[in-house]
Amino acid sequence: MKILVAVKRVVDYNVKVRVKADNSGVETANVKMAMNPFCEIAVEEAVRLKEAGKAREIIAVSMGPASCAETLRTALALGADRAIHVETDAELQPLAVAKLLRSIAAAEQPGLVILGKQAIDGDNGQVGQMFAALMGWPQGTNAYKLEVGGEELTVIREIDGGLETLRLRLPAVITTDLRLNEPRFASLPNIMKAKKKELAVKKPDELGVDIAPRVATLKVEAPAGRSAGIKVGSVAELVDKLKNEAKVIQ
Amino acid sequence: MAILVIAEHNNARLAPATLNTLAAAAKLGGDLHVLVAGSGCRAVADAAAQASGVAKVLLAEAAGFEHQGAEALGSLVAGIAKDYSHVLAPASVFGKNLLPRVGALLDVQPISDIIAVEAADTFKRPIYAGNAIATVQSKDAIKVITVRATGFDAVAATGGAGVVEALPVVSVDLGGSSFVGAELVKSERPELTAARVIISGGRGMQSGDNFHLLEAIADKLGAAVGASRAAVDAGFVPNDYQVGQTGKIVAPELYIAVGISGAIQHLAGMKDSKVIVAINKDEEAPIFQIADYGLVADLFKVLPELAAELDK
Ligand SMILES: Cc1cc2nc3c(=O)[nH]c(=O)nc-3n(C[C@H](O)[C@H](O)[C@H](O)COP(=O)(O)OP(=O)(O)OC[C@H]3O[C@@H](n4cnc5c(N)ncnc54)[C@H](O)[C@@H]3O)c2cc1C
Repeated sequence: MKILVAVKRVVDYNVKVRVKADNSGVETANVKMAMNPFCEIAVEEAVRLKEAGKAREIIAVSMGPASCAETLRTALALGADRAIHVETDAELQPLAVAKLLRSIAAAEQPGLVILGKQAIDGDNGQVGQMFAALMGWPQGTNAYKLEVGGEELTVIREIDGGLETLRLRLPAVITTDLRLNEPRFASLPNIMKAKKKELAVKKPDELGVDIAPRVATLKVEAPAGRSAGIKVGSVAELVDKLKNEAKVIQ
Repeated sequence: MAILVIAEHNNARLAPATLNTLAAAAKLGGDLHVLVAGSGCRAVADAAAQASGVAKVLLAEAAGFEHQGAEALGSLVAGIAKDYSHVLAPASVFGKNLLPRVGALLDVQPISDIIAVEAADTFKRPIYAGNAIATVQSKDAIKVITVRATGFDAVAATGGAGVVEALPVVSVDLGGSSFVGAELVKSERPELTAARVIISGGRGMQSGDNFHLLEAIADKLGAAVGASRAAVDAGFVPNDYQVGQTGKIVAPELYIAVGISGAIQHLAGMKDSKVIVAINKDEEAPIFQIADYGLVADLFKVLPELAAELDK
């Protein structure tokens, strides 16, 4: 079985992002970029499945500007066998990403596609489900635990209120949640080896996909600020403030 | 044109977030219809029909809808969506699992997690863990939207006079997914997303056992108990307790953060709370930058004191 893993290049999770002065977006120039943390978990899960003999080949896919090649090299260093870069400087919205993935899946015929449950930049949380719908495949979102066997997989999902277990027919789509695994770090020898692995570049029109945005961003603003209040000296003072000043408890 | 709200429920009870979603829908202008899809869920449809502003409830009952898989529900919703200008669902795990699927089937780019309605096609939504708020305009014919409950005050659960219309029972295609089981956290305390007061613990709690210190206070305040990702990852409490960018988004009247440093990802889930209290032994902890009341102290010393003080 082949596993397709989608990875996104995003602003590193430690960066405190700032809104641009002209309100057109957030500042991304000279900001540290990294693989989306949920995508790291997706790559790790694919690698573990391959190590367990459940998968033969792992193909990492990323979409976006030339710099995404770096993110793909990271995926290759972590254990992906080859990579596909859908290169474009245009804005890609989740529907377009799902359609591009559909084109790639049609050519590659993966048995399993693993993605992050959300990217920490747009916070949309859509691509996995949209891609599954376009393919007519079942989906296991917010995966907490995954077991693949034969023609099907069992996934435990993190849901509101607890955990849910589903059995999905393959091919299927999985999106990762935080507890699925703890991603490894790429070793230096593997980083060197990754440089020699295949990285194919394709353009959206080669894949026959119209990527025109459907949603226009009119403006991006900083959220209403919240400033520090006061420090209280004791528990008694805290309770007094909550009762008599904030009036949130009785 | 009418607006369709997908009800979240467990076949017995309508989830409160549905009422917040209805509040967002009411700002769009148009008759409000609610879809209740499930099995043996007539009572949910009756409850939805009473929600303020609801004109009609579509009841789709079939065994195949019992567990509300996104594959089966996605096809159902996409099939009826053409009669609507907007399709909305709560931005819960349920809604986020389902609506992108509907969007793809309709060739629509969905809009996730809206916190304000500016016009029938224009919405505000947080991006980058709430560090920026985007105003976005949809060009699609049907708008497919998930609604962040904390952005909209719930409509009244009663006072409405909607009619319940049963949809003809269709054969349900489970789309290759079958339900095996669920393990739900049982608790007498309010749900995190509906609680008026929340007390959350972080890595500073050191163990799951120590959460009883928070529970004792929660019980006095009628509060829900939450946690940071670090506390969940360490196995102190179930996943479902996680508050934050990638967990639950909450905005109670009072949020008490105990032994939580205040990472951006945690703040993203709670910084819209009305009053924030932070208890942390490190006076430099970033949580103090957004707390209304900060107490620099060892939590193991002050939590029992707080419990005692609340008894006075
Ligand atoms: C992709 C991604 C998504 C994430 N999503 C979330 C999310 O949804 N929610 C979330 O919470 N985090 C999330 N995180 C994690 C986040 O970045 C932080 O790592 C996490 O919130 C830290 O949890 P904490 O504050 O409990 O732990 P720490 O940062 O370790 O803080 C512990 C605090 O406890 C205090 N303390 C220790 N002992 C005591 C004591 N005896 N008395 C008083 N105070 C004490 C310390 O001073 C410290 O400030 C995410 C991270 C990533 C990368």
